[in-house]
Amino acid sequence: MIAFALRGLLARKLRTVLTALGVVLGVALMSGTFVLTDSIDDAFHSIFSQTYRNADAAITGKSAFSLSGGNGSTPPSFDQSLLPTVRGLPEVGAASGFVTSDTHLIGSNGKAISFGGAPNLGFSVDPAQPDLSVLTLVSGAWPHQDEVVVDRTTAQRKHLSVGQTIGVQARGPVERMRIAGIVKFGSVSSLGGATLAGFDLGTAQRLFDKPGKLDQILIAGKPGVSTSQLLAGVSKVLPPNTQVRTGSEQASKDASDASGFISFLRTLLLAFGGIALFVGSFVIANSLSITIAQRTREFATLRTLGASRRQVLRSVILEALAMGFTASVVGLFLGLGLAVGLFKIFDAAGLTLPNSGLVFRTRTVVVALVVGTLITLLASLRPAMRATRVPPIAAVREGAKLPQGRYARFRPLGAALLTALGFAFLLLGLFVHGLGTAGVLTLLLVGALLVFIGIATFSAQLVRPIAAAANPVARWAVIAFSAVVWPLFSLPFWLLRYGAWGPGTTGRRAGAFVGGAVLNPLLLLLVLAMMLRRTVSGWRPEWPADFPGVLTEPSATRIGSENSQRDPQRTAATAAALMIGLALVTLMAALAAGIIRPFEQAVDAIFVADYAITAQNNFDPIPTTVTAAVAKTPGVESIAGVRVGDGRAFGKHIELTAVDPQAGDVLRLDWRQGSQATFGSLGADGAFTTDSYAKQHHLAIGSPLTVETPTAALLNLHLAGTFHPPAGGSPFGAVTISSATFDRHYEQPKNLYTFVQMHGGVNDANTAALNAALTSFPNAKAVTRDEFKNNQSAAIKNILNVLYVLLALSVVVSIFGIVNALVLTVFERTRELGMMRAIGMTRRQTRRMIRHESVITALIGAVLGIVVGLLLAGLLTTRLDFIAFVVPVSQLVLFVLVAVVVGIFAAVFPARRAARLDPLAALHYE
Amino acid sequence: MGSQNGAVVVARDISRIYGEGDTAVAALRGVDVEIPLGRLTAVMGPSGSGKSTLMHILAGLDKPTSGSVRIDGTDITTLDDTALTKLRRKHIGFIFQFFNLLPMLSARENLLLPLTIAGEKPDRGWFDELVRRVGLSDRLRHRPAELSGGQQQRVAIARALVSRPTVVFADEPTGNLDSTTGAEILELMRASVEDYGQTMVMVTHDAEAAAMADRVLFLADGRIVQELPRSSRHEILAAIETLTVR
Repeated sequence: MIAFALRGLLARKLRTVLTALGVVLGVALMSGTFVLTDSIDDAFHSIFSQTYRNADAAITGKSAFSLSGGNGSTPPSFDQSLLPTVRGLPEVGAASGFVTSDTHLIGSNGKAISFGGAPNLGFSVDPAQPDLSVLTLVSGAWPHQDEVVVDRTTAQRKHLSVGQTIGVQARGPVERMRIAGIVKFGSVSSLGGATLAGFDLGTAQRLFDKPGKLDQILIAGKPGVSTSQLLAGVSKVLPPNTQVRTGSEQASKDASDASGFISFLRTLLLAFGGIALFVGSFVIANSLSITIAQRTREFATLRTLGASRRQVLRSVILEALAMGFTASVVGLFLGLGLAVGLFKIFDAAGLTLPNSGLVFRTRTVVVALVVGTLITLLASLRPAMRATRVPPIAAVREGAKLPQGRYARFRPLGAALLTALGFAFLLLGLFVHGLGTAGVLTLLLVGALLVFIGIATFSAQLVRPIAAAANPVARWAVIAFSAVVWPLFSLPFWLLRYGAWGPGTTGRRAGAFVGGAVLNPLLLLLVLAMMLRRTVSGWRPEWPADFPGVLTEPSATRIGSENSQRDPQRTAATAAALMIGLALVTLMAALAAGIIRPFEQAVDAIFVADYAITAQNNFDPIPTTVTAAVAKTPGVESIAGVRVGDGRAFGKHIELTAVDPQAGDVLRLDWRQGSQATFGSLGADGAFTTDSYAKQHHLAIGSPLTVETPTAALLNLHLAGTFHPPAGGSPFGAVTISSATFDRHYEQPKNLYTFVQMHGGVNDANTAALNAALTSFPNAKAVTRDEFKNNQSAAIKNILNVLYVLLALSVVVSIFGIVNALVLTVFERTRELGMMRAIGMTRRQTRRMIRHESVITALIGAVLGIVVGLLLAGLLTTRLDFIAFVVPVSQLVLFVLVAVVVGIFAAVFPARRAARLDPLAALHYE
Repeated sequence: MGSQNGAVVVARDISRIYGEGDTAVAALRGVDVEIPLGRLTAVMGPSGSGKSTLMHILAGLDKPTSGSVRIDGTDITTLDDTALTKLRRKHIGFIFQFFNLLPMLSARENLLLPLTIAGEKPDRGWFDELVRRVGLSDRLRHRPAELSGGQQQRVAIARALVSRPTVVFADEPTGNLDSTTGAEILELMRASVEDYGQTMVMVTHDAEAAAMADRVLFLADGRIVQELPRSSRHEILAAIETLTVR
């Protein structure tokens, strides 16, 4: 029986391959994800273990509470007087102190050098302790005062060499420095797109605005001193704002910051792999049940030869197992290639990831094979159960049909209940509080799965009405499509092309070109005339049935439309695969539009300034020195920056923002208590909060409010005002204080945004003046309000595009689902097709009939998908108040068009097969 | 074997009604039939006479609306699917009009399929004898698509015989073959009855085929209307003539 099952697969190669493609692609995305994230993980680990390769212990500053990690916040620096104390300890062999900060290298074009959003890092180096240095010298020398060393990758990419000068910018304006040497990061070859700059300690402290401070001390113990002895010795001299860890502890601590991102990326990509597999399982289930319906006689014969139901079940499941396993193996290796592709996709989307070689773990193999095989197995269960219901008598009966199951008549009801249950899960997950993230996600996942399965099953009831409605749409869409695309393959077009670019003598080419140029408009006129005559006089010529695909042909399309309604369950199952993909695409598009619109409204409401100053990448906070420099620009009437930092209030971590007193000129808030004047009257201890924060903590005007800074300083504030942020958010965190107070307690204050009011508003002269002021700060740029909006939403659109690419995979899987279903259908209707050809249906009509059926199926999938996607988006946006419910009309129209194209392309191959059938042979086909 | 007078299949008063109420159609109306051991029984009759239904019911493919069928003493009308499957493995072989070979298996694998399904080892001598008898020694590795219709039906006959079933049912075995090939197939069936004592029931509308049988049953309107012992083609045609005239 095993041989029998496997032989069956081999005998139906094409069908098997088309059926298994969904699993192949899904597994490929899974294994690709694992390979990708493992590789990044490994790269980060090797980077951080390199950092501490010779350090037995590391001292770092300690913040009063754990920091958010965003906003460029780092642990506070500590006084450099600790270094000699540490060096003096008996357990310490060598110790070296470092400072670090974001540092931009400025290219010859005056722009900051940056590769794909990767960090731009600056370090101090200690030439006296090369073993403890993060950097290794490749060529040249260690830097002296006001010299810089740069990393090898950047040097190679930007053609930098020792002796050249280069612009360097950290906290202050750009300075030009001589390149003293080329370095690499430990022994790591590539850091993704990160750039490195190294300075001597004094220069670094000046550039980073950390005079007399250190960020880290790396310690090597004396020979014979154990690490625990070393830690104990160092601990005795540590001031309270510092901490010591072993080198490897510090490495994993540093790596854990990166691994948060990696695990997010992994979960995200795995989710898309899961979606592709889910879609693939629909394709498998559908293809298998069609195949099984067609193999009725085969199963019946087996039954007459004494095969039991269990044997039939086993042989079908065995087939699925073999197919699933093989597909998983193929997918596994395809995933390796996909990982390379994903690196490129992320690179293109502005996210360069570190990569030190692909990592292929055993876990990848096991998970990919098990998941792929299991999904196939699950998808085959229902078709296998159907196969067992084939009665032996079907072996001798012509056109025997599979009997319905006992519960078939409860199918619509069951499907409706399943859908309702799915929505109930979704509602529970979204609106019941206190479930915890894991609980909510599980409920949402299960809910979404149930909704999709339920609707896919129930949609068999909807096939007829939707198909009837889609019929004219499909016909005209195909006509429009062929009117646009068909001429590109026509003779006149070919002549034109040959004339323009083809080989051959000039004379021949010229002739062809002229011929094409004459023929093209003539043909167009002819077609138009025929269309006109047709509509005016009801003329029905015989031959145009075989002429351009521009003329409507009701006969073929009518049969195609009927065919699509012939087996509603099959059509519904085929369309379901596309439905899932399009539902998710619609959801994404709706959510993105729902995020962008309130955000833009918020900007319109708050941003009353002429210009904003932001980082080149629109997000990084920039040093306050930039704001100071811009303030001196002629024409500036008012300028205010918004600082951001970490704080702790009422025992919880908050985002603390600070604002310059003249902010009332450039920003407008919806004040609930206080007024625009509050900006200017915050003083040393005033603060304003959002209205919800004040309500949550029962704060009234004058109420005391204590905020703790990362350096453990306590700010005793009182409430001076509250405002209501618009749905799209505001530049301000929960608590906002004056920038003067902020700067007293936070080292290296940075502005997230700076808003500028200019004399004369937005005009070219003002823009030029601001840009001139910013030349020494290449990482900053001045933007108008519209540019500001576009820049910020462009990031969302970029993310959306990556998600589209990932979802496209499931759409591809569903295309193969349609192709497969059509191929099987053509196979099944061989005799019928032969009969139609015999009574005069042309090949073109045959093709058109199949294509029409395909487009209708795709449209059914699109309609259901868009409805489900909008429903889900509606649910989500009701829950999340910062996202509005927006119907992305233009995108939806695009998706419908995509569905039509999907339908047309899916039909190409099956339609050719159908048209190729020899009528005589088809009639003899048994 | 056999219950009484050497009959291996005994049907008592079977009727089969399709549909319900006004649309009910009786395909069989109280048929009694006994299939004797080691003989070839032919069932003839015009289209719609119920001959196929009779065979389906005798073979346990269909259940009668009333009446009983015993194969080798077991009443098969009351058996559940599992018991019926087991009975099929031991007692029943099939020869089909369209051969019903599995396209992905070789002739040899098709031939051995009933044993494979039952999980039994083939008897080497019996297998060789069958292959020699059906004349397929050099075609065993071929797929059905590479065989002619006659060759395919030979494989099917060998497949029906390989498990030495109590009774082989043949449904229009020559219906899909030309007359020369059909005659060869009939010879082969006849020989298996004579040489191996195989009990066979054959449904046919071909007088040539029926002339090979030891006994011919005529059905009309769901009843057995006539029975002939071994007869010539002319006698059978004459009997059909009288049946249709009547």
